[in-house]
Amino acid sequence: MGQITLKQVTKSFGDVQVIPPLDLTIEDGEFTVFVGPSGCGKSTLLRLIAGLEDITSGHIEIDGKDATDVVPAKRGLAMVFQSYALYPHMSVRKNIAFPLKMAKMDPAEIEKRIANAASVLNLTDYLDRRPGQLSGGQRQRVAIGRAIVREPAAFLFDEPLSNLDAALRVGMRLEISELHERLKTTMIYVTHDQVEAMTMADKIVVLRAGHIEQVGSPLELYHRPRNEFVAGFIGSPKMNIFGGAEAQKYGGVKAGIRPEHIDVSMTEGTWKGKVGVAEHLGSDTFIHVHDTGLDDMVTVRITGDISVRHGDTIYLTPQLDQMHKFDVQGLRIA
Amino acid sequence: MATKASRSAARLMMAPAVILLLGWMLVPLIMTLWFSFRTYLPLRGGDQGWTGFDNYVRFVSSSAFWPAVQTTLIIVLGVLVITVCLGILLAILLDQPMWGQGIVRILVIAPFFVMPTVSALVWKNMFMDPVNGLLAHLWRFFGAEPVSWLSDASLQSIIMIVSWQWLPFATLILLTAIQSLDSEQLEAAEMDGAPVLKRFFYIILPHLSRAITIVLLIQTIFLLAIFAEIFVTTGGAFGTRTLSYLIFQRVLESQNVGLGSAGGVYAIILANIVAIFLMRIVGKNLDN
Repeated sequence: MGQITLKQVTKSFGDVQVIPPLDLTIEDGEFTVFVGPSGCGKSTLLRLIAGLEDITSGHIEIDGKDATDVVPAKRGLAMVFQSYALYPHMSVRKNIAFPLKMAKMDPAEIEKRIANAASVLNLTDYLDRRPGQLSGGQRQRVAIGRAIVREPAAFLFDEPLSNLDAALRVGMRLEISELHERLKTTMIYVTHDQVEAMTMADKIVVLRAGHIEQVGSPLELYHRPRNEFVAGFIGSPKMNIFGGAEAQKYGGVKAGIRPEHIDVSMTEGTWKGKVGVAEHLGSDTFIHVHDTGLDDMVTVRITGDISVRHGDTIYLTPQLDQMHKFDVQGLRIA
Repeated sequence: MATKASRSAARLMMAPAVILLLGWMLVPLIMTLWFSFRTYLPLRGGDQGWTGFDNYVRFVSSSAFWPAVQTTLIIVLGVLVITVCLGILLAILLDQPMWGQGIVRILVIAPFFVMPTVSALVWKNMFMDPVNGLLAHLWRFFGAEPVSWLSDASLQSIIMIVSWQWLPFATLILLTAIQSLDSEQLEAAEMDGAPVLKRFFYIILPHLSRAITIVLLIQTIFLLAIFAEIFVTTGGAFGTRTLSYLIFQRVLESQNVGLGSAGGVYAIILANIVAIFLMRIVGKNLDN
């Protein structure tokens, strides 16, 4: 079990309210990702759920029981920290055993759980090493190991992959997703990387300045962003958003079109522009087009390769059924 | 040091400092060794030639020798235990956010800046005097008979004075060590179900182990040689004669330079045994 409910939760540091009243329900077994730009309060929200920060007002319920004043250790949650927070003077085995030892568990059971976690996380050969002798990815796995042996109601991840290099990050992303498939335990994952959010989440919570902008599945957010902020934040490269007369033509105060929903031609199209930088990735090409008469430069994504040069004239045609329209408040017009 | 030329230039430039320091150490050492093998009584006939190992035998077989070694060890160990234990507590307290933190920290460090002679005199006359001392007043306030500290509890008094002087040093080193502890580690331990005391024993104390060994090592070296505190308080009476004080008495009070020098050589050997012993422990602790 691991259903977490936040009711009218707020958090203030002194006079500054970082989390305005907020309601959220995380269902049992769900992989929920909190995503948002730096300083949006996503880590604070996670720490409130963990109990490492006291909430200013409101209630937190875990499995239907009020956990607002319950100490962190008794909430049945396990956290993986950004710095891993391994205990440097203990071996990997002792690190993983620490929460069990604190719970005064039977030593035979501790051994069994360590062996189990080590085999799941490929740590069996490293159990007697110190954290200082491990690579970044291995340390990450030890931190996860220390969390899973407790068999918690939910896992909390605080930007766990931000200290790893790009290749390792992709690998660990898969491992954490695999782990979730196997354990089926509730996981809450904080990140500022929308790629991590899109690839791992069952449910994404987009936060801005402590406010929840939208809650939904990755594809829901991609296809039906509630407002301009979510539209711009989800998707890579970013959605092209423009206002003015051109937007009014499509029936909104502002309009947006994703780079992958624009057709390119060298001879004719809706918008005419000049090619700026073209980024060739092999599988895709991103072309930045200037002087189209829109507010900003337009990014276009083309599958495969295309031979354009800096300064070439290019014609763009947006796919009208994929156009997003926004009203004065920035809300999407359905 | 990239080239041969720059390496030899570096050696040349370091040479004066190295030679000066070496001379500073070697001259007294050789003189001590020299006098320890001679009968030298400045007021009773001066230098009277070689005596072999006579001085060494006499120094050790004197009835004052073993009690002095014992006193030295009691003072060193007593001060180490008090300063490390209280130092850890104070460091944890000072690490907590509080109002006026900067001033409190300076006040805590202040005793370290007071000269040993001065602090011992202040303790002797202001606190421990059995008639006018503050402690005597306190005792009388509660209707108790004032303690004549420096004669009835002489060793304890000296341990207290020296601990008061060295506590700031221990606190300072341990405070910086505590401040370098990653707060996420403590939070992780909290999530893992470790209550305050267990967090202290499993996380904070191991983190401090390196700083503690450094405090132990440095303090031992200085504490083996304490002198002023004894000189101005008890003058070596009431069982407070340490090894270094015994040497002082042999040379200046008995006017026997040869015997004192032999004692000095013993002190060097003792200090080296302690140093090697400590280096091994510290070395092990500093490795990881």
